[in-house]
Amino acid sequence: MATTLSPKRAFSPKRPVWKERPSPLYQTIKTLVLLLFSASIIVPILLVVSTSLADKEQLAQAGGFVLWPERPTLEAYETIFKGPMVLNSLGVSAFVTIVGTILALFVTITMAYATSRPVLFGRPVVLAVLFTLLFAPGLIPSFLMIKELGLLDSLWSLILPGIFGAFNFVVMRSFFMNIPQELIESARIDGASDWTILWRIVMPLSKAVIAVVGLFYAVGFWNSFFNALLYINDHSKWPIQLLLRNFVVQGSGAADGLGISSVPPSQSIQMAVVVVALVPILLVYPFLQKHFTKGVLTGAVKG
Amino acid sequence: MNSTAEAPPVLPEADDAQAGARGRRPGGRTVTKDAARPGRKSFRSRLRRDKQMLLMMVPGVVFLLLFFYIPILGNVIAFQDYQPFLGIGDSMWVGWQNFVDLFANPDFLRAFWNTLYLAAWQLVFLFPVPLVLALIVDSLISTRVRRVFQSIAYLPHFLSWVLVIALFQQMLGGAGFVNNTLRQFGMDPVPFMTNPDTFPILVVVQMIWKDAGWAMIIFLAALASIDASLYEAAAADGAGRWRRMWHITLPGLRSVIVLLLILRIGDILSVGFEQFILQRDAVGAGAAEVLDTFTYYTGVVGGGWSSGAAAGLAKGVVSALLIYAANKLAHRFGEDGIFAKKVG
Repeated sequence: MATTLSPKRAFSPKRPVWKERPSPLYQTIKTLVLLLFSASIIVPILLVVSTSLADKEQLAQAGGFVLWPERPTLEAYETIFKGPMVLNSLGVSAFVTIVGTILALFVTITMAYATSRPVLFGRPVVLAVLFTLLFAPGLIPSFLMIKELGLLDSLWSLILPGIFGAFNFVVMRSFFMNIPQELIESARIDGASDWTILWRIVMPLSKAVIAVVGLFYAVGFWNSFFNALLYINDHSKWPIQLLLRNFVVQGSGAADGLGISSVPPSQSIQMAVVVVALVPILLVYPFLQKHFTKGVLTGAVKG
Repeated sequence: MNSTAEAPPVLPEADDAQAGARGRRPGGRTVTKDAARPGRKSFRSRLRRDKQMLLMMVPGVVFLLLFFYIPILGNVIAFQDYQPFLGIGDSMWVGWQNFVDLFANPDFLRAFWNTLYLAAWQLVFLFPVPLVLALIVDSLISTRVRRVFQSIAYLPHFLSWVLVIALFQQMLGGAGFVNNTLRQFGMDPVPFMTNPDTFPILVVVQMIWKDAGWAMIIFLAALASIDASLYEAAAADGAGRWRRMWHITLPGLRSVIVLLLILRIGDILSVGFEQFILQRDAVGAGAAEVLDTFTYYTGVVGGGWSSGAAAGLAKGVVSALLIYAANKLAHRFGEDGIFAKKVG
């Protein structure tokens, strides 16, 4: 990634001759800033993961939090998965994320491809999309729309409002616009339809950008909690983020709410729920990281 | 419209530019009129040519209508005394009354004030952080240190606000790590998460934690695109570190800074909705009520649909005006602003 950001320096990771050595003071300040910032991110995550794995004795000794579990145990996880709530909400989140991402990719790819070349109504449609970046319809009308569509308390209310994002559209479209026209023209001369061209030529060439945009959508669906707060009352349809909000952030008796009797200390139970919501993101993060700078910069600079 | 009609005024120049290349298409060839007038196509022949492309736009356009443009029209209930059982058609029209009531409502005024106050905090304290971080990272010689730091710094951007608040609570909350440690050393706990007076600081710290690393990316890219020979020449002429930063680095970043500032200003009234709704109970509505949460609690929770919609509409209009003004200002300073950059 560093190579994509600074090609000219990546090949010679040495101090240029004209650059003076930093003074010790400046060097110290720099190191401190970077270390503190990194530590502020790593320590809370480590603390939460460790505490969720720690056993009772160590927790009692340490007074609630541990930075490293001495005798790691999965007791907290076994407990939260015994009750129906956590498993259920994980299922809901997984469903919303998978179905949502597939639909979102379909809508975004077709829309981006259809406007990537000068076609009838292409420009007004692009402008209509870009306008969504400037103005939001507002919370109440959106809520009433979902209600009118009869989607309240349905998982589709978590999926449908998120299946198209203007930013992802811009990234995808500018990628498609850079595909050499000759490829598309020659396929057309051979009699390929626009659908065939999209499926056989454009999409195979765009695997990277599709992966990035798909991951962005997936992360968005997994992380969204506000739609669920608005549209979902039924506890059995809560996604994991809403569960996290109600039992950890609002801190209302985690054990009772999860339908389990608390054997391990409630601290570890709460932490275990946090970790369960965190792990999928940590798992896809390396993939995200590999591609996202490219995606972001396409959207920001060329868009 | 018939096939002999002139090409409609939709996208004239864009189509003309490519019409030569597209004239070879089978769809275009069937209409003989086009052959006589190369570069111009009738509406119907373009419709036939782009049939499949138009079909592909359908899902996206339906989405935009259902979840954007129709709800925008739904804002008319801000001018009604909307009753769910009557619907928009039969509810009574009340003109500007909802807005008049809003601006007489101390809760709304407080939410409005809080929004501006917190937005100002963000603009002053949040905005410079990614820039400073990017300057530090850019000055690193070791690529490995760079890469490790970037990997760590980008991560929180992908965590949900719920998770971020949960992590902050575990660290700084009443029963959190820091206060636990303080207690063990016999000191009084500090109410980081619940003190309304320090709430703006907490909010800004959370935002820095979550997004400062991510916001660095754009600055880093801009820094990498500055010509290194400029630095070399300046150094040869005896310019020190700070002079180089002032005369080369900052001018090189100017357009990016302006662009991000505009986006920030347009977004200013939406100061972290999820962040506030998650913490409103802990800090109290006095400090954490902003326009968005006011809309939510008045409209959805309280059932005051019309006043909620009025608050939301007022916010949307002010935001759009702010973007417009900021963009004008950017043009005044000789920068592209956003509109020129985004279209095309």
